[in-house]
Amino acid sequence: DRAITVFSPDGHLFQVEYALEAVRKGTTAVGVRGTDLIVLGVEKKSTAKLQEERTVRKIHVLDDHCCLAFAGLTADARVLINKARIECQSYKLTMEDRVSIEYITRYIAGVQQKYTQSGGVRPFGISTLIVGFDADGTPRLYQTDPAGTYSAWKANATGRNSKTVREFLEKNYTETSGDETVKLAVRALLEVVESGGRNVEIAVLRAGQPLQIYDEKQVEAVVSAIEAE
Amino acid sequence: KDYVLLIADRKVAYSVVALKSDHDKIMHLDASKLFAIAGEGGDAVQFSEYVQKNLHLYNLKTGLPLSTKAAAHFTRNELATALRKGPFQVNALLGGVDHSGPSLYHLDYLGTLHKVNFGAQGYGGYFCYSILDRLWKPDMSLDEGVALMNTCIKEINSRFLVGGADFTIKVVTAEGIRVLDPVLASSA
Repeated sequence: DRAITVFSPDGHLFQVEYALEAVRKGTTAVGVRGTDLIVLGVEKKSTAKLQEERTVRKIHVLDDHCCLAFAGLTADARVLINKARIECQSYKLTMEDRVSIEYITRYIAGVQQKYTQSGGVRPFGISTLIVGFDADGTPRLYQTDPAGTYSAWKANATGRNSKTVREFLEKNYTETSGDETVKLAVRALLEVVESGGRNVEIAVLRAGQPLQIYDEKQVEAVVSAIEAE
Repeated sequence: KDYVLLIADRKVAYSVVALKSDHDKIMHLDASKLFAIAGEGGDAVQFSEYVQKNLHLYNLKTGLPLSTKAAAHFTRNELATALRKGPFQVNALLGGVDHSGPSLYHLDYLGTLHKVNFGAQGYGGYFCYSILDRLWKPDMSLDEGVALMNTCIKEINSRFLVGGADFTIKVVTAEGIRVLDPVLASSA
């Protein structure tokens, strides 16, 4: 099988850069790390009238203690998430321990990299935000991209207008906890998304608890609290 | 009536030596399923953990818990596939409570699967089936069930050559799994 992702004369991997373009077209996802929780926020794409809203999910659970949000090609994300879920269980089976967030990020990034150096395949068109708690209770936030790079962040955004969101976070990030972290994440997202509970989906992960996805009322409450300030 | 009760002895044998006498042989496959395993040491643990992780994966992938019937059939399938490659020497009882109520399944290393009202694996059956046949009736309360189990335990500890062992007792109800006080050989 012939390789599709090859170097250009000036050292670029064009397929990877085109993949990043695909990510830039995807709806925004933002992640903020607090001291005792991690918040994931995504821009909700307007669903068609007849479409079941709850089946269009951008925030997914990988295991009891870690979750993933992405920006880019939804189908590519589905494949990558399935691989990651199997890896989480496989690791638990052999190591009797849950994956550390860095491990599963390294795994996902590794898969993304493999697809830039294999025959007959193209890179995944997604960047992911992976969040979770390590065994010692430390909250973590990592980002991966189509090139297979990964790094840890205190707060980050990917997808449409991610630059604006990231700049907002750079200006306004402080170590927060609880509701303050949620408000920071929502405020950052509202910079680029129409205001309103219907356009934003928030999920909160706390140590030892399942992922909590805010329903419309809860999101509205946060948005109103922000607008009141 | 609305529960499944499983008991298992706590001894681990290594030819003629008892390796340990406080081993928990009833694994929690998930919050509403118990898997009591009898068989070769490594196989038993390895296989039940494999089933447990696969059930967890299904849970995460679909967001839905597997029914007891589905879990039992999945387990049977794994045993049957392995049978003609490298069989798992594992006999098990899978009990769980789901939306359709409580159910108990009897599985063995050949890939046999039967839905039963009561069951036993190992030598326990020789002593307990007649007791269970005589005394089990449908819709027994938990207290009646525990009393029936205690009768079985007393029989095993008095008549079985390798009896006189401690027992782990676990029950699954709609609310989840509860571990009842182990029956100690001393107090039986």
